[in-house]
Amino acid sequence: MKKILMCGNEAIAEAAIIAGCRFYAGYPITPQNELPSYMSKRMPEVGGIFIQSESEISAINMVFGASLTGIRAMTSSSSPGISLKQEGISYLAACELPAVIVNIMRGGPGLGNIAPSQSDYFQATKGGGHGDYHTIVIAPASLQEMADLTILSFDLADKYRTPVMILGDGILGQMMAPVEFKSLKPKVESFGKKDWILDGCKGRKPRIIRSLLLAEGELERLNLKLQKKYNEIKDKEQRCEVLYGDDSEIMLVAYGTSSRISRSVIERLRKTGKKIGMLRPISLWPFPEKELKRVAKRAKAFLVIEMSCGQMIEDVKLAIDCARPVYFYGRTGGEIPSEEEIIKTIEDKTRS
Amino acid sequence: MDKIFKKPESIRDVGTHYCPGCGHGIVHRIICEVVDELDIRENLIGIAPVGCAVIAYDYWDFDVTEAAHGRVPAVATGIKRVRPDKIVFGYQGDGDLAAIGTAEIIHAANRGENITIIFVNNTVYGMTGGQMAPTTLLKQKTATTPSGREQKTHGFPLKVCELLSVLPGVVHSERVSVHNPQNVLKAKKAIKKAFENQIKNLGFSIVEVLSPCPTYLGLTPQDAVKWVGEEMAKEYPIGIYKGAA
Repeated sequence: MKKILMCGNEAIAEAAIIAGCRFYAGYPITPQNELPSYMSKRMPEVGGIFIQSESEISAINMVFGASLTGIRAMTSSSSPGISLKQEGISYLAACELPAVIVNIMRGGPGLGNIAPSQSDYFQATKGGGHGDYHTIVIAPASLQEMADLTILSFDLADKYRTPVMILGDGILGQMMAPVEFKSLKPKVESFGKKDWILDGCKGRKPRIIRSLLLAEGELERLNLKLQKKYNEIKDKEQRCEVLYGDDSEIMLVAYGTSSRISRSVIERLRKTGKKIGMLRPISLWPFPEKELKRVAKRAKAFLVIEMSCGQMIEDVKLAIDCARPVYFYGRTGGEIPSEEEIIKTIEDKTRS
Repeated sequence: MDKIFKKPESIRDVGTHYCPGCGHGIVHRIICEVVDELDIRENLIGIAPVGCAVIAYDYWDFDVTEAAHGRVPAVATGIKRVRPDKIVFGYQGDGDLAAIGTAEIIHAANRGENITIIFVNNTVYGMTGGQMAPTTLLKQKTATTPSGREQKTHGFPLKVCELLSVLPGVVHSERVSVHNPQNVLKAKKAIKKAFENQIKNLGFSIVEVLSPCPTYLGLTPQDAVKWVGEEMAKEYPIGIYKGAA
C-alpha cells in the first residue's frame, strides 16, 4: 500500500479532506501551522472552502455557520487559540452542530511556549466553555492514527451532532512519518439525512437554530437531552489500547506522546521480566472507564504519565474508584518525560 | 372590499416583546416587506444577534439562526461561503456590531463577503438595562454614564458607516432612520438595495438604522423619535456613505 511521508498536522488535514470536510477556517498559531497551510492548497483542489480568519473566535463562528448548512467543517489551533474558541464550542454543543476542532497542544498557561504539552486535558474533557456540556475528545498517538482518527472524528460528530476535539501535541503535529490513506473510508452518508439544516424554507416550515431558551423548563429540557446523548456516547464510544493487560501488575496509563515514551519503557522493562503494561486511552472523553475497571482487577498499581502536572490522573482514580494506588509522573511547561525518569519512578514506587 | 395594506408573509402574526416606541418592530417589518417584494423568503437565512433583537426568529417566518455576541458576520461568512446561492443577512445592534464584534464586522466587510448587514443603532444596550454603547452620544446619560458620556473617559461615539465606507470590499454603506414615516420609507429603500446588491453578487452591504429606545433614553415614544431626528441624526448624519442611491 502506498504511503506518503508527511507531518502529523498534514496527516489530519488530508484525512479531513478524505472524510468529506469541505470547510476549514483557522488562524495561525504554532505548532499547528502546517494544517492550515495544507488546507489552503488542498481545499480549492477539491472544491472546498479555506478561510484564514481574523481570529480564532471568528474561525469557530465561521465553522458554526458552515456546519448549520450541513457541510462537514473543521478548525484547528493550539492551546491559547483553543481557549479563544471555547465560546463557539459551547454554542456548537448547545445547538447540536457537528464540527471537528483540532488542538495541537503547546505549553501553558498564558502564552506559554511552543513546545509539546498535554496541559489542556481538563479544558478538553470537562467541557471547556460555559455550560453543562461535553465534547468527544480523541487522542491519536501516531501519524497513522492522526489520519484514521480524523475520519472517525467526523463520523462521530455527525452521528451524535456534537463538536469533536482531536487532541494532539506539538510532537505529533510536527514529526514526520509515512501515512497510508488508501483504506480510509468515511461514513459520510450513513447517519441519515440532515433534516435540521438551514437552507431556506422552501417547501417546509422555517427552521431555527439557536441556544437561547428562556421559557421555563426549556433549557433544562435541552440539558437533559444533551445528557442523554452524552450517556449514550459514554456507553458506546469508549476507546483504548491495552498493552499486556492480562498479566501486568503495574499498568501505565498514558495518551498521545506520553504513551509513545511509555511504550518504549514497557518494552525495555519487559525484557528484564517486569510485569508491566499500559492502558492507552484513545477517547479521552468518554474516558475508557470500563477497560480500566477490567484491568484494575489484576493490576496492583497504576502509574499515570502525562506532559502536565497531573490532569488525567483524576479520571483514572475515578474510573477505578481509587481501588488501587495511582501514582503520577509528569513533566510540564513543554518538557517531555524521559524513559529513564519513568523507569526510576516505577522503581521507586514498587520498591516496597 | 380590496385589502390594500396587509401583514407581510415573512412576518409572523404575533405581538412582539419590544417596549412601546421601540424601533426594532419597524425595522423587522420593513425587512419582511423587502423579503416579500424580492420573493426571497424561501431562499433566505437570517442571523439574529445577542441583544434586544435576539428572539427576532419569533417574528420572522423564515430560516434563522442566532450568533454569539458580535459574531454575526463570522457566522454569515460561514453560511454564505458554503451556500453562495442563498441570501444571508445579519441583524445587529450597536453593542453587538460596534463594540464586541468590531473585528468580525470589519473583516467580513473587508473581505467583501456577499452578505447584507442591518445595523440598528439606538445608542444603548437595551437588553441589559441601558448601559453605554459605543454609539452613545457625548453627554448622554446611561446606566454606566450617570453623569453623561465624557470623551475623556469613554471615547467618542463610533461612526460605523463612515468607518466601513473606506474599505474596498464594501459596495454599499448607508445610514437611515426610522423616526418618522418619510424616513421609514427611505430606510426600506436602502434595505431593499442592500438585499439587491447581494442578489446581484456585488459584495458587502450595510444599512445603519437610527432607532429610538424610549425606555433607556428616559423619554416618551414621541420625544424619543424627536430626539433621534434632532439630536442623534446630528451626530450620525443620514445618507449614503458608499454606493449609488
